[in-house]
Amino acid sequence: MLFELREVGVDRGGRAVLDAFSASVPEGSTAIVGPSGVGKSTLLRLLNRLADPDRGEIEFRGRLLRHYEPLALRRQVSLVPQLPALLEGTVESNLRYAAELAGEELDVEATLARAGLDSSFAERDVGQLSVGEQQRAMLARALAQRPAVLLLDEPTSALDHAARDRIEAALAELRREQEVSIVLVSHDPEQARRLGDQVLEMP
Amino acid sequence: MSTSIHVELWQVAASLVLVALAAAISFWQRADLERDILVATGRSIVQLTLVGYAIKLIFDVDSIWLVLLLLAVMVFFGAITARHRAAKVPDSFGPLLIALALAGAGTLGLVVALGIFEPTPRYLVPVGGMVIGNAMTASAVALNRLGDEMADARARIEATLALGATAREAAAPTVRRSLRSGMITLVDSTKTTGLIFFPGTMVGMLLAGASPTDAVRLQLILLYTLLGSVSISALTATLLAYRHFFTPAAQLREP
Repeated sequence: MLFELREVGVDRGGRAVLDAFSASVPEGSTAIVGPSGVGKSTLLRLLNRLADPDRGEIEFRGRLLRHYEPLALRRQVSLVPQLPALLEGTVESNLRYAAELAGEELDVEATLARAGLDSSFAERDVGQLSVGEQQRAMLARALAQRPAVLLLDEPTSALDHAARDRIEAALAELRREQEVSIVLVSHDPEQARRLGDQVLEMP
Repeated sequence: MSTSIHVELWQVAASLVLVALAAAISFWQRADLERDILVATGRSIVQLTLVGYAIKLIFDVDSIWLVLLLLAVMVFFGAITARHRAAKVPDSFGPLLIALALAGAGTLGLVVALGIFEPTPRYLVPVGGMVIGNAMTASAVALNRLGDEMADARARIEATLALGATAREAAAPTVRRSLRSGMITLVDSTKTTGLIFFPGTMVGMLLAGASPTDAVRLQLILLYTLLGSVSISALTATLLAYRHFFTPAAQLREP
């Protein structure tokens, strides 16, 4: 099993944003759906230890998540947040930064292509990209680390239909390659069905 | 550099005519500052007189320990004052206290070790006051900026942490900008010194009858000492304070 969650609870400001949540997430592509406010983003942040649960246990490939060193874990389990947040500079400098952190060789062109961007984007300044292009650059940056798992938080929520389709096409291709497991959070059940081998509903 | 002049009380009293002029302008133009001018004048007389007696006492006792005690008190109250400017930084008092203490000890220690000033109250008290005062302003500005930037850049910092960057790496651009804003005011005023304004020490020494050469040299020493102090305090404060935004597992704390 990729992730095993048992009775997981998270409190924020004295309120439970996630309570006694249990689920099994297999290898492959899993889409988690549910209305906004049920703690989908919080759940995703738990999976690469950007936050830790207040209650319950999470396992990653059979080992307790809290026994993983957070920095090493995050290079294996890469999270792409809901809104793009690139570092200042070019797309390539962002990719290079991520690859160096993970100690990976970087093939700029191939990495961009996997995220649905052509090689002309390498030299583009991130400040001049549209939100959709920035989101694909975020995806490319995550892929530059050659992670085992990609966590995607509503990757198309801020995008128009055309930009959404491009991201979905890139994700569909990644799913076909089967080199990386995908856990995707979405409020759109249609998108969940399009992109997930299995769909997990949050109450 | 021992010069002295005597200022009579009547001369001070006569200068109050200019305070009256300020109050009159405020009243005439309805700037509504008369009360503030009155309070400011009253406070300046009381505060400076008290400080004058305190310094006279310290000079008379001539004990290095009393000087160190006074500097420690300045550091403590400086850190308390700066903390109010750094309200968005969690637990900023500790970093500020260490920053001011290091800036004071480092710069005063160096100027004494280099033989620039003698370790006597006559030098250590006024120079220490300037060093700690400037260190306070610089670290307060730096941490104020740090608090704002950490709030603004939250998404970018967390996205960088998500790549497996350390807290230090994720906060580096923010720390850099905060350090810069703490230091830039003094760097800029050092650039324009003598052109746009005459710094206080130089004015004071000229008035006290010192030669312009001495006045300029002492002023240069003080400017460079302050640059050292400001950089030590801004660097120490930002490097210690940015950690307070992160957990030991390199997670951003909830605001």
